[in-house]
Amino acid sequence: MILGLVLEQTLNGLQYGVMLFLMAAGLTLVFGIMNLVNLAHGSLYMVGAYLATAFAGWSGSFVLGAALALPATLLVGVVVEVIALRTLYERDHLDQVLATFGLLLFFNELISILWGRAAIYASVPSFLSGHIRVPPGIPYPAYRAGVILVGVAVAVLLWVLVARTRVGMRIRAGASNRTMVSALGVNVRLLYTLVFGLGAALAGLAGAMAGPIYAVQPGMGEGILIQVFVVIVIGGIGSIRGAMVGAIVVGMVDTLGRAFLKPVLATVISPPAADKAGPALASMLIYLLMAAVLFFRPEGLFPARGRS
Amino acid sequence: MASSRRTIALVVAGLLLAVVPPIAALTNQPFYVDLFRRMMIFAIAAVSLDLILGYGGMVSFGHAAYLGIGAYAVGIPAFHGIDNGFLQLSLAIAASALAALVIGAISLRTSGVSFIMITLAFAQMLYYLGISLETYGGDNGMRLTVRSQFGGLIDLYQPTVFYYVVLAILVVFVVLGDRLVASRFGMVIRAAKSNEPRARAIGFSPFRYKLTAFVIAGSAGGLAGALLANQTEYLTPEFMHWTRSGEIMFMVILGGMGTLVGPVLGAIVLLLLEDVLSALTVHWQIVLGPFLVLVVLFAKRGLFGLVSGAPHNG
Repeated sequence: MILGLVLEQTLNGLQYGVMLFLMAAGLTLVFGIMNLVNLAHGSLYMVGAYLATAFAGWSGSFVLGAALALPATLLVGVVVEVIALRTLYERDHLDQVLATFGLLLFFNELISILWGRAAIYASVPSFLSGHIRVPPGIPYPAYRAGVILVGVAVAVLLWVLVARTRVGMRIRAGASNRTMVSALGVNVRLLYTLVFGLGAALAGLAGAMAGPIYAVQPGMGEGILIQVFVVIVIGGIGSIRGAMVGAIVVGMVDTLGRAFLKPVLATVISPPAADKAGPALASMLIYLLMAAVLFFRPEGLFPARGRS
Repeated sequence: MASSRRTIALVVAGLLLAVVPPIAALTNQPFYVDLFRRMMIFAIAAVSLDLILGYGGMVSFGHAAYLGIGAYAVGIPAFHGIDNGFLQLSLAIAASALAALVIGAISLRTSGVSFIMITLAFAQMLYYLGISLETYGGDNGMRLTVRSQFGGLIDLYQPTVFYYVVLAILVVFVVLGDRLVASRFGMVIRAAKSNEPRARAIGFSPFRYKLTAFVIAGSAGGLAGALLANQTEYLTPEFMHWTRSGEIMFMVILGGMGTLVGPVLGAIVLLLLEDVLSALTVHWQIVLGPFLVLVVLFAKRGLFGLVSGAPHNG
């Protein structure tokens, strides 16, 4: 019984970690290569969730909805990059934070004009609505298992793309020295747009998969965005490996903390006190973790190479 | 030259703000006393952020946290029947100073983007702490049972009295801030902003100076929060929400970073704009967002820079 609960919550933590990774990968790439802090990354997650839900409603198929939402979010990302963000690359971080904050307000309001302020609900596709058996025979929602599989597959694809292809080589080169890359004749503008679009598509995928699990509503990207910041600060800004490790750690700590901190505390302090302190402490846990990591390693766990 | 312009701007702004209550009384629009009081309270928060952001280059994205701490330092004692304003305000300043000390001591070990994100994360942590305070209303917040009492000396229930108290605090704070940035202490902060290794090389330890400035800014933010709780007579964790931090930062940029008077202008203009826009449409943020982007892209020197023509500081 206890084992089943622990296993279920561990898988939930993994599933949340996978979503965080999809967001963090894009954000950390954009930061590592364009040196851009993008608060509007959470908006792309939100756009992905809304588009997927809308397309799924029209087409009647969740998979088709998600598949259409991916290129659509990529397109939104590219448009935003070309219109607004391109001019920000050379600016300091303060300008970037404020301008992308403005974009975020814009997107939240645009979404609430188009779909209203109330949450809309996306349903789990019928072929994933059941449970699967996880050894030793514990039922686990098939949809969440599917999210984990998709996330892991995307992580592998991303690794192949970045580590094994010519485009990936340019991306890595851009991350370590963008001036040199442009001097070598690479179209840096195009590379930037491509990387931003890739990040947007990953955020859109996370949003599309989030639909059936979390509420789809304006501002839904903000909560996860701040957690993604925690992920990339812990992992080391600009590092995909760091984003991977950070995402799993944060996903686990957050999920397990929410599930087990209260009962664990109750064995140490009085149950009513644990009732009060547990949830509060659980929601602060990842921030405490980040503070601790930064205190000992201000650069994060896996600082990206080639950055000073 | 620039500094005499700033003095003139400060005097003019102070006088203009001072005549708001009589004009509101003459035109029978008491609403404006309330609105401008709110603006000045946010101006205090914005000026305190400008101290570290404009002069110290510390992009703190969690300044609303102190607003919340200050507000709860008024609300929680009042909830338990302690309505002594002197005590509440001291508590607000002390508690937010302590929080700023802890947050600063950890955050200032980092710089750049990590600093932005870690200050944001700390504010978020306090926001969740506020939500979990079930006794004090949780995420709904709670009414302030009674405004701060100052033993019959000052009555915050009289709108004009409260107004002039806030104005006096604002003016004193801007003047003190002006002296502070011109002092040796302020010089070290500015030196650390423009070139930290060099500041260290000539024998300063910028960390302590920056931390001190961070604590000063935090405690002033706490004071603003205590006033805000009295202003709204209601407090919620929303005071600490990260969009609030973004708003305060926008006030600083809109008014002109590193000018102290500018953020006062920024607070007034932003809140006025919000007031006007929200009267026109519920979706006013769809205008505000692009406006923010345009200000950042094209008017980086802010309103004060446009008015004074003074060179941008740093």
